[in-house]
Amino acid sequence: MPDLLLELFCEEIPARMQAGAADSLKKLVTDALVERGLLYEGAKAFVTPRRLALAVHGLPASQPDTHEERKGPRVGAPQAAIDGFLKASGLASIDQAKIESDPKKGEFYVAHLHRHGRPTPEVIAEIVPAIIRAFPWPKSMRWGTGSLRWVRPLQSIVCTFGPETEEPEVVPFEIDGLRSGDVTRGHRFLSSGAIRVRRLDDWMTKLEAAFVVVDRERRKDIILADARDLALAHGLELVEDAGLLDEISGLVEWPVVLIGAFDEGFLDVPDEVIRATIRANQKCFVLNDPKTGRLANRFILVSNLAAKDGGDAIVAGNGRVIRARLSDAKFFWDTDKKTNATVPLADRLAKFQNVTFHEKLGSQFARIERIAALAKTLAPLVGADPALAEQAALYAKADLRTEVVGEFPEVQGLMGKYYARLEGLPEEIALAAEEHYKPQGPADRVPVAPVSVAVALADKLDTLVGFWAIDEKPTGSKDPYALRRAALGLVRIVLDNGLRLKLSEFVEPDLLAFFADRLKVHLRESGARHDLVDAVFALEGQDDLLLVVKRVEALGRFLRTEDGKNLLAGTKRAANILRIEEKKDGVSYGGGVDITLLHEPEERALADAIAKAGPLIATALSAEDFEGAMGVMASLRAPVDAFFEKVTVNAEDKALRANRLALLADIRAITRQVADFERIEG
Amino acid sequence: MRPDKSFQGLILALHAFWADKGCVVLQPYDMEVGAGTFHPATTLRALGPKPWKAAYVQPSRRPKDGRYGENPNRLQHYYQYQVILKPSPANLQELYLASLEAIGIDLRLHDVRFVEDDWESPTLGAWGLGWECWCDGMEVSQFTYFQQVAGIECAPVSGELTYGLERLAMYVQGVENVYDLNFNGREGDEKVTYGDVFLQAEKEYSRHNFEHADTAMLLEQFRMAESAAAKYLEAGWSDDRSRHLMAQPAYDQCIKASHVFNLLDARGVISVTERQSYILRVRELAKACGAAWLATEAGGTPA
Repeated sequence: MPDLLLELFCEEIPARMQAGAADSLKKLVTDALVERGLLYEGAKAFVTPRRLALAVHGLPASQPDTHEERKGPRVGAPQAAIDGFLKASGLASIDQAKIESDPKKGEFYVAHLHRHGRPTPEVIAEIVPAIIRAFPWPKSMRWGTGSLRWVRPLQSIVCTFGPETEEPEVVPFEIDGLRSGDVTRGHRFLSSGAIRVRRLDDWMTKLEAAFVVVDRERRKDIILADARDLALAHGLELVEDAGLLDEISGLVEWPVVLIGAFDEGFLDVPDEVIRATIRANQKCFVLNDPKTGRLANRFILVSNLAAKDGGDAIVAGNGRVIRARLSDAKFFWDTDKKTNATVPLADRLAKFQNVTFHEKLGSQFARIERIAALAKTLAPLVGADPALAEQAALYAKADLRTEVVGEFPEVQGLMGKYYARLEGLPEEIALAAEEHYKPQGPADRVPVAPVSVAVALADKLDTLVGFWAIDEKPTGSKDPYALRRAALGLVRIVLDNGLRLKLSEFVEPDLLAFFADRLKVHLRESGARHDLVDAVFALEGQDDLLLVVKRVEALGRFLRTEDGKNLLAGTKRAANILRIEEKKDGVSYGGGVDITLLHEPEERALADAIAKAGPLIATALSAEDFEGAMGVMASLRAPVDAFFEKVTVNAEDKALRANRLALLADIRAITRQVADFERIEG
Repeated sequence: MRPDKSFQGLILALHAFWADKGCVVLQPYDMEVGAGTFHPATTLRALGPKPWKAAYVQPSRRPKDGRYGENPNRLQHYYQYQVILKPSPANLQELYLASLEAIGIDLRLHDVRFVEDDWESPTLGAWGLGWECWCDGMEVSQFTYFQQVAGIECAPVSGELTYGLERLAMYVQGVENVYDLNFNGREGDEKVTYGDVFLQAEKEYSRHNFEHADTAMLLEQFRMAESAAAKYLEAGWSDDRSRHLMAQPAYDQCIKASHVFNLLDARGVISVTERQSYILRVRELAKACGAAWLATEAGGTPA
């Protein structure tokens, strides 16, 4: 079975776009092949800074032949109908159609259309240019005099097709003056001249010999393994950083890992600042010294060149830049310390009056004051001292005005912690400065110190309430103010700390629904059923996230029991019947069963059971004993089952029927004390 | 004049290289600008269908970057080496790399990388895609394919290269402080450093930019430049508005407004919200000048 090799060679593709582009290329090409009847055995995409490639393995040489029978008009139909048929079926004359007969319709024409499958290269030559023209780059550009758009100028295209054992052919096409061929190029500096390639294995081998590792994952493996080894050889540990590794693997075709050093004096600067400087500006790794537990004065850089001097000049050059950057960082750190010693950070809050937080939400100063007031209110609910929480909130954003944070925004909060400690403020305040931003993402930890919790909740609530008020809610994939993250963060803080918070005291119903959505996402990730969350939120007054979760958990356990499953089925059945009958009758049933009309023993038993269970469930619920409530619910299963088995709801006697429907309404009502069973799946 | 021994040697080597590639080697524009892109040889010539190749040094002023001569890397006045090639040739990256070799950077010894950097000038209504070019981890140039200038689509597309001359010189001379750069390539008594030429100016202008620049006058100058640009633009249009006869004098006023804005910004008298509106006002001027340029002969409208 023949294989396809496609390589799009261009000027440097931004690192952050490479993985997505490889996925897109694979999906677009294979989907287009399959859509045209060309099934394949396997496909793999490759990406480097200068090439995007795809190998599709095990394709047929041509599309399958197709046969279609198209029925036409009856024999003797008007000429217009015959002409229409000829045009639609592509026949030259009606003689080419067969005449078939049918006892009902009589004799009619049938066109037998045989289509020979087209050769695969012809199909490829059609789909690839279309995919290139419409490729979903996040940002694309034009160049020179052309009109083609690509992420950066596209320079050449390899497109070959053929069986493993033979010389593959070039799939010929042209796009904006660029002709497909079988020639590529190797590493920009370590290789020169054209390289003719045949198919995947050949392409990989020749490029490897030309100093290009085409597989992104392999480049990552090489970088990580070499970096760890090099660190180990110096008695140090690599500070691993998956995001940085991803980015670096997109900046090199031939990774060469080197180690350099910087002056030990820079280690006065907090580790995080050193790391932020070296990572953001130089895209280098930092190293831990296991002896001190702190950073070592070394860095690991990944160059794209096996230099003829072994990399000495590259290490020296990078070292100089890192020195300059660290001098800046140290200068900022020293300046901050000096300034803070003269005027404490908290005394400089007034400056925030001139900083706009958001055009419609006022200054950063106003926001800080709001957060402080809210933190004070929340403090008793989370076990924090109100005055301390207020003071911590006033301090929490103060580091935004420092030099270090101005230069490295990613260490906000952390610097607040360091500066608070230097100022001798209570440790709770220092911690809150760092922790009130948490959790930043799913992998980040949740604050537990009460003061941190109060400030973190206040910060997130203020953000959400503010943006809700000015109608800047997240829509679809757009969430510029990271409001989903803020809401999810709040949900996690509440749940992980077991906090009792009636959210409706702080937010409007629409925002409460947003929290419900975030809670669903959160619970789904931990394996809970989102329909149960819906079923609980459908009840009135569910604004305490912790109770919602407890109720959902109890409900989940109950529904896994036989009693639970059957009661759910019975309740749904009751609800269905009610829905149909209420629609038919145009009335709503409920409002009490007339005991004198209960004839059958099963309906009397059910009415008794409901009457007994009602107050018990209510008592259990008001004691927040959800397990207990579910236990009472279980006692309803047998009477409900028996009722449906023995009693005909739609009785001839109208009064009897209405009374039984009222009984069904009671089933619906009693289960609604716990959850809206109609929203539960299954 | 070896490019690795003197600042002027570096400039001369780049001139020789790009002259050899067919560029007109221009002199700096005689107005205060924030970057080489503001030179009409780039901004205006990037618009319209006519081919164009030019190279020049442009003194660039960034009032806010002044550090009273105390920072070894930051200056409020520095030099950019600017190359503009329209249409961008297919081998522009190779040409750029050859220019690095021409100034003494051995590409088998140094790690040169093209790292994503999308360029945007809100005041010029311009944007493009390209890279910052790294040499051993240091950014030494900007490389941009212009997509839009003055709010107008570029067709053909120009390729723009901007070398940070001081940084590059520090790199090839192996110097840590910009003021230690050898300017004239002589040694001993005859040696002139970058500091000899510019240190006093950095101190004086830092004082001026941050403390003394007359803000009332500058605010007035901004308004004057803005209204002069509008006046010249209007006066330059032919009766049927098919041709423009004064695009460049109008554009000068746009440049002036932009620089005055930068000075006001350095003096800290422009609030965050006002800032946006000033930028928009300059952009409106730039757009109108670009449209006027297209109606001139060099902009592609035959006489």
